[in-house]
Amino acid sequence: MVGFCRDCLDDVPRDVGRCPACGSPRLVRHPALANFAIAHVDCDAFYAAIEKRDDPSLADKPLIVGGGKRGVVSTCCYIARTYGVRSAMPMFQARRLCPQATIIKPDMAKYVRVGREVRALMLELTPLVEPLSIDEAFLDLSGTERLHGMSPAKSLARFARHVEEAIGITISVGLSQNKFLAKLASDLDKPRGYSVIALDDAPAFLAPRPVTYIWGVGPAMGAALAKAGYRLIADLQRADEITLMRSFGAEGQRLHRLAYGIDNREVSPDREAKSVSSETTFNSDVSSVRALERDLWLLSEKVSRRLKADRLAGATITLKLKTADFRLRTRARSLDSPTQLAAKIFDVGQDLLKREADGTKFRLIGIGVSALADEVDADPADLVDRQGERRAAAEHAVDKLRDKFGRDAVVMGRVIEEE
Amino acid sequence: MKVTVERAELLKSLSHVHRVVERRNTIPILANVLIRAERSRLAFKATDLDLEVIETVPAEVGPEGVTTVPAHMFYEIVRKIPEGAQIVLEATGDRAILTIRAGRSKFTLQTLPESDFPDIATGEMTHKFALPARDLKRLIEKTQFAISTEETRYYLNGIYLHTSGSGTDMVLRAVATDGHRLAQVEFPAPTGTEGMPGVIVPRKTVNEVQRLIEDLDAEVTVELSSSKIRFTIGDVVLTSKLIDGTFPDYGRVIPLGNDKELEVGKREFEQAVDRVSTVSSERGRAVKLSLTGGRLVLSVTNPDSGSATEELEVAYEADPIDIGFNSRYLLDIAAQIEGDTAVLRLADPGSPTLVQDKDAKGALYVLMPMRV
Repeated sequence: MVGFCRDCLDDVPRDVGRCPACGSPRLVRHPALANFAIAHVDCDAFYAAIEKRDDPSLADKPLIVGGGKRGVVSTCCYIARTYGVRSAMPMFQARRLCPQATIIKPDMAKYVRVGREVRALMLELTPLVEPLSIDEAFLDLSGTERLHGMSPAKSLARFARHVEEAIGITISVGLSQNKFLAKLASDLDKPRGYSVIALDDAPAFLAPRPVTYIWGVGPAMGAALAKAGYRLIADLQRADEITLMRSFGAEGQRLHRLAYGIDNREVSPDREAKSVSSETTFNSDVSSVRALERDLWLLSEKVSRRLKADRLAGATITLKLKTADFRLRTRARSLDSPTQLAAKIFDVGQDLLKREADGTKFRLIGIGVSALADEVDADPADLVDRQGERRAAAEHAVDKLRDKFGRDAVVMGRVIEEE
Repeated sequence: MKVTVERAELLKSLSHVHRVVERRNTIPILANVLIRAERSRLAFKATDLDLEVIETVPAEVGPEGVTTVPAHMFYEIVRKIPEGAQIVLEATGDRAILTIRAGRSKFTLQTLPESDFPDIATGEMTHKFALPARDLKRLIEKTQFAISTEETRYYLNGIYLHTSGSGTDMVLRAVATDGHRLAQVEFPAPTGTEGMPGVIVPRKTVNEVQRLIEDLDAEVTVELSSSKIRFTIGDVVLTSKLIDGTFPDYGRVIPLGNDKELEVGKREFEQAVDRVSTVSSERGRAVKLSLTGGRLVLSVTNPDSGSATEELEVAYEADPIDIGFNSRYLLDIAAQIEGDTAVLRLADPGSPTLVQDKDAKGALYVLMPMRV
């Protein structure tokens, strides 16, 4: 098989521009197509696509999903992108570039729900699905030809069509022989894309691109590499592995391999979480300790809920604050033994917050738990804090009530807004 | 200032004081040690603002004077000067430099003015007593391991030193706990402790005092107030701030009523715990103690790697019980037992266990069990 049509999945001959069966120009072609099984699947303008699906009147208008009167662009549709709007751009700037855009506040609960639906369809293709975020994942379709009665390449095209029909959003697929190249491929032909990069073609494909094109090479590493004379991936290809290792350690070896498109990481469905965290950006900057604590409590409860659901606990608690002028402050503290209790996470967070809340205005607060361990080791009985056991019992009782009657069945006084 | 001093004397003092100086300092003067040459003595002083150490050594003093130099660098220089050398320190008023000469080596170090050097050792001390260095060292060594490192409960980050009882029964007692285990050691109270406030001595201070005690037969003078404590150990004077907090009412958690008594040989117990805990996935995971008449079975099960059991003959006559402990904590406490036999008093698998030395009085340990 050298090529097929993405719309009707029929094989196509080498030299046609359109599918002889259905007339579609959306053809996929590569001489070694049948050998590729590692894919990166990315939803196109995910949040915006969902909003457009739910309100067809928006279909032909520029749409920005982002924080209300401030904050940043979460996602913008492809029409808005033609005006120069980009994700993570401050809202005011986006509005200036595209004043006619419809702006919708993100409805995370809905996106998470749709994200799960997409995930469920992925799992029908293969159990080897490694989610990267709510709207993208790596898939390993090796050995699924017999099951699906077609090559992985075709399965993926059928999957893309299926997502469009069943969920109403579009995806882009990158197909290759490893994760690194698959991820690069999915970005080449967005939206509604399908592209293939073969390992054999990778060196030539990568050579003219800047080193920051490599996953994991950010501005800092990019600057360090540039200083050492490596600006383009071609420069890395020319250097020998030992020299790079001498300058950059294990990272040097990784870079050398990636420069040739070599990446041996497996698609691992249960990549273990290293931390559990949650954060929130305020509608307007906040300096009041009480208001900060209120959000800190809600976030602590959320983190605790996720830890409990995953039967995890963590011993290091990190408070994250972003000041009104975008300075990031993180403060961490470790406990003797891991915890999964909202009350304990909050206590430590509150103590850390006390030192930072000096009237400074903050735009974001977050709390995270790392150094994760199994919940059996969590919150052991304590000689000094005899209240601890009772507080833990109270929290577990509240959890049970919430399971039964809903999350709002019990609300802490701390959360109730002051008059 | 010009001083001539034996390398050995200088090295010994600097090794004491330079430890106080934090490696990473945001305030430059805190990285320095103060040197004062006065009346045929050379005095060194270092501080981290919570703790201050002063030590004096005999020296041949020419013109008197005082200055400060980077502590760690000064220490490294002296350490590398050959043994037996005479070292000459010289500072002239017009240049901010200390010259160090020994044999054919010469070093110059930039100085900072003495007037910038902080002084924390001010304020009245309300109580003063003396005790044998041996006793003080024991007080520290037997409790130190239980000090908490958790910053959230800062009031547990030290040893609680206080008196208990009254009259001739009065004792000087040290207690430390991290919530998982507790250690308590006491001695008859020395004269001068009457009415002293209970104080929490920070971990760093305790560590330094313990290291400064070299001559066990010497006497240490302790002076304290409700905010500071001072130890005079030979030529060294260490003054420290105390932890400003309330130590919990630990008496309530000492389970004196536990009735299941186990007597076990300290060494064989220690070795057996150490052996079975080898299969634990991490240091300090649970080891299960299963007790039936005259028999103790220690076991560890690690779902990822395997399991281990070991049986010991012990003196135990109470009802059978299964109880789990953190193996590291168990070893820490076993290491404190000086005699041949440890006595464990248990209640139930969810309540604190009391550990004592069968022969030695004055020390007790409490250990919280783990779920197994």
